[in-house]
Amino acid sequence: MIGINHYLILSAILFAISVMGIFLNRKNIIVVLMSIELMLLAVNFNFITFSSFLHNLAGQIFVFFTLTVAAAEAAIGLAILIVLFRNLRSINVQDMDSLKG
Amino acid sequence: MVTSVFFYLFATILILSALRVITAKNPVHAVLFLVLTFVTSSCLWLMLNVEFLALSLILVYVGAVMVLFLFVVMMLDIDTETIRSGFWKNFPLALLLGLVILTEMVIVLVTKPIVITGSISPVDPSVSNGVELGWLMYTQYSYPVELASMVLLLGLVVAVALTLRKTNKNGKYQNISKQVNTESKDRVKMVKMKPVIAKSIAVEEGDSK
Repeated sequence: MIGINHYLILSAILFAISVMGIFLNRKNIIVVLMSIELMLLAVNFNFITFSSFLHNLAGQIFVFFTLTVAAAEAAIGLAILIVLFRNLRSINVQDMDSLKG
Repeated sequence: MVTSVFFYLFATILILSALRVITAKNPVHAVLFLVLTFVTSSCLWLMLNVEFLALSLILVYVGAVMVLFLFVVMMLDIDTETIRSGFWKNFPLALLLGLVILTEMVIVLVTKPIVITGSISPVDPSVSNGVELGWLMYTQYSYPVELASMVLLLGLVVAVALTLRKTNKNGKYQNISKQVNTESKDRVKMVKMKPVIAKSIAVEEGDSK
């Protein structure tokens, strides 16, 4: 029988994979953005699991807002990426050093 | 029994495709595997009786966000070799960090398992999940829903404002440096004119004298 812990461990695995993805593809900003999307998916998974097992709809409402914010974030992030590529001709994170950070 | 089989099937596909997202050489393949990840997790959400969010995940993510990603990845000319150069150098650290995070979470869940005996069946089977969520969204959470729509509008405006090409002749743009560097003599033009006094006023002035 599949219980709540199965779903929680699955989302923990998904979260760990996305953290690994950010470390592995440090230079590729597109994959970093995709890893952030995966991370949000793992968090949403936790919300949905608890909401479904506890019969409380507040978690699902919260996931709805997370989806909204994530969609806006992806759109703005990709717009910034396009402007960046127009100016730098690369998407390498290490080329973005004009602020000397 | 059937539920378990499907859960493990979907979980395996989910984990494998997520791994392919972070290891794929070609970014286009990474985006396509991310689509697979979202579709599979949508199937898992359907197993949890969360129909509305499962379908909106497919609509919003697969239909909009991932297509946007795909367009951007295909538009940009990416040099995959230089961008992947640090991959194997970072691999041990990433593996260590991922395993530490995973073991910590699993230890928490295994040593003190969350015991919720209730089933995942809906409270009231006669009302669908979408109806239940809709009731909440437009009564108790109506103000946050409007705020969410403002966030989407903000995303739209910002994305257009950022990517609008400045070379377009028909567009109307501000030239910020020109605005800042302008002086008063550029704006105000002094014109010499002959004083013209309207006749009625002249007559009035003559009367007062």
